[in-house]
Amino acid sequence: MDWLASNWRTVLDLAVSHLYLAGVPLVVGLVLSVPLGWTAKRWSRTYFAIITSAGLLYTIPSLALFVVMPLIVGTKILDPLNVVIAMSVYTVALLARTVADGLTAVPDHVEQAATAMGYKGLRRLFGVELPLAVPVVAAGLRVAAVSNVSIVSVASIVGISQLGDLLVDGYNRVIWGELVTGILATVLLALVLDALIVAGAKVLTPWTRAAGGRA
Amino acid sequence: MIASLLSWFTDAETWAGESGIGNRLLEHLWYTLATMVVAMVLAVPAGLWVGHTGHARWLVTVANSLRAVPTLGLLLAASLWLRTLPGDLAYVVPSIAVLALLAIPPVLAGTYGGIEAVDPAARDAAYGVGMRGRQVLWQVEVPNALPLILSGVRSAVLQVVATATIAAIVGLGGLGRFIIDGLALSDYAQAGGGALLVAVLALALEGLLALVQRRLVSPGLSGRPVGGSRKDDEDAPREEPGESTVDLRTPA
Amino acid sequence: MIRFDGVTKQFPDGTVAVDDLSLTAPTGKITVLVGPSGCGKTTSLRMVNRMIEPTRGAIVIDGQDTARMDQAQLRRGIGYVIQHAGLFPHRTVLDNIGTVPRLLGWDRARTRERSRELLERVGLDARLADRYPTQLSGGQQQRVGVARALAADPPIMLMDEPFSAVDPIVRDQLQDEFLRLQDELDKTIVFVTHDIDEAIKLGDQVAVLRVGGSLAQVAEPAYLLAHPADDFVADFVGRDRGYRSLQFQPSPRLPLRSERTVVLGERPGEAGSAWLLVVDEHRHPVGWVEPGRVGDRPVEDADLHRGGTLARADGTLRGALDAALSSPSRRGVVVDDSGALIGTVLAHEVLSAIEDTDRPERDERDPVRGGAVDVAGEQA
Ligand SMILES: Nc1ncnc2c1ncn2[C@@H]1O[C@H](COP(=O)(O)OP(=O)(O)O)[C@@H](O)[C@H]1O
Ligand SMILES: [Mg+2]
Repeated sequence: MDWLASNWRTVLDLAVSHLYLAGVPLVVGLVLSVPLGWTAKRWSRTYFAIITSAGLLYTIPSLALFVVMPLIVGTKILDPLNVVIAMSVYTVALLARTVADGLTAVPDHVEQAATAMGYKGLRRLFGVELPLAVPVVAAGLRVAAVSNVSIVSVASIVGISQLGDLLVDGYNRVIWGELVTGILATVLLALVLDALIVAGAKVLTPWTRAAGGRA
Repeated sequence: MIASLLSWFTDAETWAGESGIGNRLLEHLWYTLATMVVAMVLAVPAGLWVGHTGHARWLVTVANSLRAVPTLGLLLAASLWLRTLPGDLAYVVPSIAVLALLAIPPVLAGTYGGIEAVDPAARDAAYGVGMRGRQVLWQVEVPNALPLILSGVRSAVLQVVATATIAAIVGLGGLGRFIIDGLALSDYAQAGGGALLVAVLALALEGLLALVQRRLVSPGLSGRPVGGSRKDDEDAPREEPGESTVDLRTPA
Repeated sequence: MIRFDGVTKQFPDGTVAVDDLSLTAPTGKITVLVGPSGCGKTTSLRMVNRMIEPTRGAIVIDGQDTARMDQAQLRRGIGYVIQHAGLFPHRTVLDNIGTVPRLLGWDRARTRERSRELLERVGLDARLADRYPTQLSGGQQQRVGVARALAADPPIMLMDEPFSAVDPIVRDQLQDEFLRLQDELDKTIVFVTHDIDEAIKLGDQVAVLRVGGSLAQVAEPAYLLAHPADDFVADFVGRDRGYRSLQFQPSPRLPLRSERTVVLGERPGEAGSAWLLVVDEHRHPVGWVEPGRVGDRPVEDADLHRGGTLARADGTLRGALDAALSSPSRRGVVVDDSGALIGTVLAHEVLSAIEDTDRPERDERDPVRGGAVDVAGEQA
């Protein structure tokens, strides 16, 4: 507690960086995985290819990806962009499948009714299919958010600042207050992001509230 | 960069001795194996018991909530706490303990979830034909839960491989040493080489485990075609587009 | 013989699913439990193999109280078939069928031999032996379910709506084969259905349950249709029960008239009446023609009206009446065992025959149990 009282500004700054490094990839990943997931659902031949490559990307350990990223995209090793890209890769890997499965879960009769009413192509995707897939996609996004927040701390090892610095520094200098603050702040950040996604999904799917709230 | 990587890989020094690739790879595999044994001995029976009896589901919830704790934080806290242990134990014990702690949730959730998801009609029929509790568990529930149990094991293995890499920061051996030492010495060829090795190891283990899963899981569950043509008479069963299993993984 | 002796089942939440049920399922016969959804049929059935334990009362099999038997042993001696077959998805068809023999300790070779035999018995192609359940249609799965229940040749079979999840044509086929199988095997069967037609078709005796789990009536199907014990049973067995009950009345000697015929491919000759019966070279009826439309050319396939059903001379009154009603000429075609034409009969002649037959006897002492299969001897 003492430690936090005298260092709360630093913690806040690091938390903002952490939020940026974990949050931006969530947005990027979501935007990229919609077309990917849609393709996978639309053409079942691509489903296997897309889901398999997503699975393989997901397999690569984070520390390895942070270190290798500069080799692939030509950035400097200390560039935060490495982390943003790596985290986006993980997010896409997780969400592409979620989006595909979420879209597949839209009932056939709904899709056909939408087509019959004259919804076509993209308008149908954004007007009908995606909104109905929101609950499934939101569930995937929550998993991605919690794991992103946890993984980002590892970036301290390659010298990119965020809450993970508190963990490494606390350990190196044997300051328990700092280490524990780092853990708690990270967990708290994960919970906040999670709550935001839950709230966002609720706003986007008013019909689920109408059904559930009248028990 | 590519050139320096190549020269790192082709340098005989890189491969030889205690800190060579061969030994580091063995260490890494050894930590992974030891961790998985510990985690599975604890998590598989617990998952089977919770799934079969329906008792103590909170165990699974508690284990799952562990996933929100940052791996790095857990690892560093455990090492700091146990730093007074003698010799190698000071980093081996906390590392393996944390690795096992991380491996337990996916194995437990996969085992419990797999048993829980067994078709109730099949379970009912198993009791109905006169199987006893244990026979139901081993002859019906476990074989049917195997795909989910094994995917839990697979994600646990990947998680352990990844976290064992990070554990080099508290002094553990394994391939993570190349990354941590390389970064410390600004020897990016060594760090990059280590990262590539870790990535290849993870992919190789994933491939191997996928093969094991194919061997162990009944074709009746995986939907893989078996000998003979498909049925063509009476009403055809509906085919599902691709199997959709629960993804238990969180990368580390 | 299975005896329900004042059996009551109350679930922990207070629901009384079965209320003081007393009933006997005689050896070698099919006893059908029928009633609306939720009336306790499944619960009653599952108390026999102790998948559910009764709250009060006893179930006695061949003089032995089931409550005192080892649960697993008891179940291995009773074949159990459920609605969606409940096959083990990870086992092949053959291994599914061999489940109980293996539990009983048969060796692998004997089990496989027995399983193959059963596969054939239930009318499945031997090539299906190594398939997995997901590769079978609903009807095929159901047959495998029956084969699995029969595998160790248990004297008793419990069947819970085994045919209700398949389409009507397959269901009809499965029911016919089930009756044929029972003819050979003479099992003691308790069969649950919510479909009164199925109950009437399959049951040697039918027990009607009402919601709340009490027995409304138990009787032979013909008796049930003729003498429903109360409004509930009358309502449940349906409006056209009078017509349906004719299926239990063998035709008396009907006054058959001879019918002028023409063989397919030949000329009709002089027109006697508006309709002329066409037969093949074995005198099997194939349809009716209007000679006025055919004129002087040979009768072709395209000229035939095929609407009418055929009644067997040794068949039921329902068959005879239906043949008359469905015939374009209003003359019902009656054939012999081999399907060859004997003559025709008119609807009013069948109706007179019906008027001359007796309704199934009413048992004056016990209107609920009237006409139930006689088990007095076995109860002693
Ligand atoms: N395990 C249970 N707990 C509480 N009530 C039950 C249970 N099983 C069945 N019931 C109730 O008992 C009644 C009879 O059920 P069931 O025997 O399944 O009817 P049926 O097979 O005739 O449709 C129903 O009202 C049902 O809701
Ligand atoms: Mg039922």
